[in-house]
Amino acid sequence: MKSVRLEHITKKFGKAKGVEDVDIHIKSGEFFTFLGPSGCGKTTTLRIIAGFYFPTEGKVYFDNEDITGLKPNKRNIGMVFQNYALFPHMTVFENIAFGLQVRKLSSSEIKSKVEKAQKFVHLEGYGNRKITELSGGQQQRVALARALVIEPDILLLDEPLSNLDAKLREETRIEIKRLQVELGITTIYVTHDQHEAMSMSDRIMVMDKGEIQQIGTPQEIYNKPVNHFVASFIGESNIIKADVKNLTDTHVTVDIGGGIILKGLRENGSPMLDYANEDSVLLSIRPEMINTGEGANTLTGIIQLSEFTGVSINYIVKVGDHELNVMIVNARTKVLERGDTITLHVPESGIYFMSEKR
Amino acid sequence: MTTNSETRAPKQSMWKRITQSKYFVYVLISPLVFVLLAYVIFPMYKTFLQSVVDQEGSLSLTNYLRFFTSEANLESLYNSIFISIVSVITCAIVGVGMAFLLNRYEFPGRKILSILVLVPMALPPLIGAISFSFLYGSSGIFPRLFQSIFQLDNVPFALEGIWGIIIVHTFTMYTYFYLSASAAIRGLDLSLEEAATSLGSGRLRIWRKIILPMLTPAMVASSLLVFMISMASYTAPLMFGVERVMTMAITLSRTNGNLDMAATQSTILSLVSIAFLILMTWYQNRRNYQSQSKGVGVHRTEVSSPVVKYIAAILSTIGVFILMLPILVIALISFAVDGEWTTQIIPTSYTFEHYIELFTDSRTWGPIKNSIQMSIVAVIGNIIFGVAAAYAMVRFAFKGKVFMDILIMVPWALPGTVVAVNLISAFSEGNVFSFNQVLVGTFWILPLAYFVRQLPLVFRNTQASLIQMDDSIEEAAQSLGATWWHSFRRVVLPIIMPGVLAGTLLAFVQGLTEFVASILLYSPSTMPLSVGIWNKMYSFQFGTACAYGVLQTILIIVVLLINERLKGGTNQSGASIG
Ligand SMILES: Nc1ncnc2c1ncn2[C@@H]1O[C@H](COP(=O)(O)OP(=O)(O)OP(=O)(O)O)[C@@H](O)[C@H]1O
Ligand SMILES: [Mg+2]
Repeated sequence: MKSVRLEHITKKFGKAKGVEDVDIHIKSGEFFTFLGPSGCGKTTTLRIIAGFYFPTEGKVYFDNEDITGLKPNKRNIGMVFQNYALFPHMTVFENIAFGLQVRKLSSSEIKSKVEKAQKFVHLEGYGNRKITELSGGQQQRVALARALVIEPDILLLDEPLSNLDAKLREETRIEIKRLQVELGITTIYVTHDQHEAMSMSDRIMVMDKGEIQQIGTPQEIYNKPVNHFVASFIGESNIIKADVKNLTDTHVTVDIGGGIILKGLRENGSPMLDYANEDSVLLSIRPEMINTGEGANTLTGIIQLSEFTGVSINYIVKVGDHELNVMIVNARTKVLERGDTITLHVPESGIYFMSEKR
Repeated sequence: MTTNSETRAPKQSMWKRITQSKYFVYVLISPLVFVLLAYVIFPMYKTFLQSVVDQEGSLSLTNYLRFFTSEANLESLYNSIFISIVSVITCAIVGVGMAFLLNRYEFPGRKILSILVLVPMALPPLIGAISFSFLYGSSGIFPRLFQSIFQLDNVPFALEGIWGIIIVHTFTMYTYFYLSASAAIRGLDLSLEEAATSLGSGRLRIWRKIILPMLTPAMVASSLLVFMISMASYTAPLMFGVERVMTMAITLSRTNGNLDMAATQSTILSLVSIAFLILMTWYQNRRNYQSQSKGVGVHRTEVSSPVVKYIAAILSTIGVFILMLPILVIALISFAVDGEWTTQIIPTSYTFEHYIELFTDSRTWGPIKNSIQMSIVAVIGNIIFGVAAAYAMVRFAFKGKVFMDILIMVPWALPGTVVAVNLISAFSEGNVFSFNQVLVGTFWILPLAYFVRQLPLVFRNTQASLIQMDDSIEEAAQSLGATWWHSFRRVVLPIIMPGVLAGTLLAFVQGLTEFVASILLYSPSTMPLSVGIWNKMYSFQFGTACAYGVLQTILIIVVLLINERLKGGTNQSGASIG
């Protein structure tokens, strides 16, 4: 299994920007995810790794070998395409065998490897099926088998689940993760679905507008987003602009307007934030961090919208000038209605500070 | 598997520099550019040159002045344009009318009619014209039949002159309108109409606001197509002896030895055709393909009144007759003893002789063999360059692509007469492009003409298949380690094969039935099939001529049926290239 290193990769399409200054080091055996909204450059980055795009600037290394100019067919990568890109004129067996035939393996070897791969993705006995005779999920697994059977150094997956329905997506997601763990293969996964990214990845790279926003483990990304974009893209969050009133070694006191003062922990802030240099900051408060009743940072507000989902009760509460999303875990408490007054509090650790810049 | 790329690095970077240069794509398309330059542009340029250089060898516009001051020339131009415009209108009325009738109404005889409505596509152009003159010409079967029924001195009516041409055009070309209008009608979202009705729209309003706008793109495209083909039409004027149309004027100028005027007329006709080609390309690029709501079966209004049903059945029968008659008459006469049919309504004595002769008499077999040989040569060239061209055009982005797209289609837009004149201008003496050989008068000139004329056919069909193929399929092959060549051979080619084959088969039968360019270019030793037909007609050997015609027609039908199969899943509807 190889590691992948991108060194200051920039890709321009004519004048249009694809990605800019992408610099990452993906460790051997790691499950690494590119996450971001549509058009942010995930596919572009992946295709540079695969060799289908040549970067305008920067270098690509597999282990320590510079492969920037190496053709895609020499890179020994397994790639699963969003639309699977199965060969429509071949059977399941022939599709999976293609890469082995290219590598000039003996036919007995090919046979045993393909059969093993079929078994691996639970497609035993489907060898003679035509591609058109398979369901979406089965096609997806053929694509996976075809990519894995060549024993690639790196596995690249571009939104492999986006064409599947919700249930199949869940199953296949678990399947892919199982295969990856069993094979220990370096895997780069592209998605715009944060749930997928959070549940599968060792590390996530969040991208926006062709630039890296943050790289980190799912917990880091969720708990310590570096900026507004990451905080709101991953999970839900109440982002509030606030003026810094008081700064001590341990605490930060801010004014969010309307006479509401909140106090949080100084350590609970983005590494990009330098309190000393900023008069105002952004607060990120996750809906699940807000509790009912009195406590630290007590707030009162009027309920604008009340929604019962079973697991939780979601409110939109108007507090001063702000509308806060609040999520209360359902403990058989009474569900309040629109127009009711509610008392809330936010524990000091529930307030996260970010810089307004970036 | 690990790649030892360190050792390969230096070589690779050289290769890389070449292949990753943005000019590399021009290396790839250069053979294609060469072919188009040598056999399309250069011949066109030679003709143009001849038209603007006078006897002394200096540039002058005398020829054009003569053209635009000569009454005969202006009349030819006027007639060509008049015939084309009227043909567009009549084809549109018949084609769209049939499309609505067959797609929107259920009546006795609809099924058979909707198959036979495509019969004109199976008629080779020359055979179509001949059959009409047999049926409705001044010594045709029907005029004589009426003459004898009513005991008249002269035939009561006959297809002649310009209107004869227009009727032949209508019969042979309404299918373009029919096909595109049918596709559009099938794509009409019925719920739109129903919505409009429920909102209180009257029938007329629905037509004006909903149906007509939806049909417009198909109508415009077909109109341009029919106009172009009508301008290029040569067989029908020849058949009806109308000399004052552009194509005939060109050949007449040539036979009168006025080569400069022929070149001038050709250039003018080329300009018209190319202008229309550009117009068509522009229109097709501009038009956005709306996604059509699928799964809504076409709703056919059932004709319920018994009287109307009865009338519909009678009209359908007449329709079937009219559609089948050209083929029937050719088939009938193919059994007629040569020279025995003179003033009778239909031939009196019949024989199987002609069909036996086709394959046994070496003189009769000769033209068939020639045509097959020359078409095969042309088609091999078509496959190589057509597929390469389509691949380059679909896969690569480069400057001048739009221009190339039009350039490839130019030989399709040029009238056969003009292609022939151009080739004669270019290759009646040796030059670099003919490896210093004189091609005119040799075996090679006709395959070259077929190659040039049919390249667009293979190109377009291959292009359509390639566009349907997802880019990522080729990338998948590469990511699995396949070289470009391996993935092209094992993945791309098998996937696009149906399209290539369809185009190739069409090109092949078009070669077998080509008449217009052949008649100007052939030499007696390489006489092709259609010219053979024409010569037999000329010497009143109608039986043999029609036996040839039946052979051509059967070949076309076979190819059309195979293509229907090939395209089965992909459903490429719309007008095919004429
Ligand atoms: N071949 C290309 N030519 C020109 N621009 C391109 C090309 N490929 C991508 N781009 C542009 O580069 C940017 C990044 O595209 P990319 O396909 O990498 O996005 P993505 O993150 O994969 O989006 P999605 O989630 O929609 O797949 C986009 O603005 C896109 O328009
Ligand atoms: Mg993408």
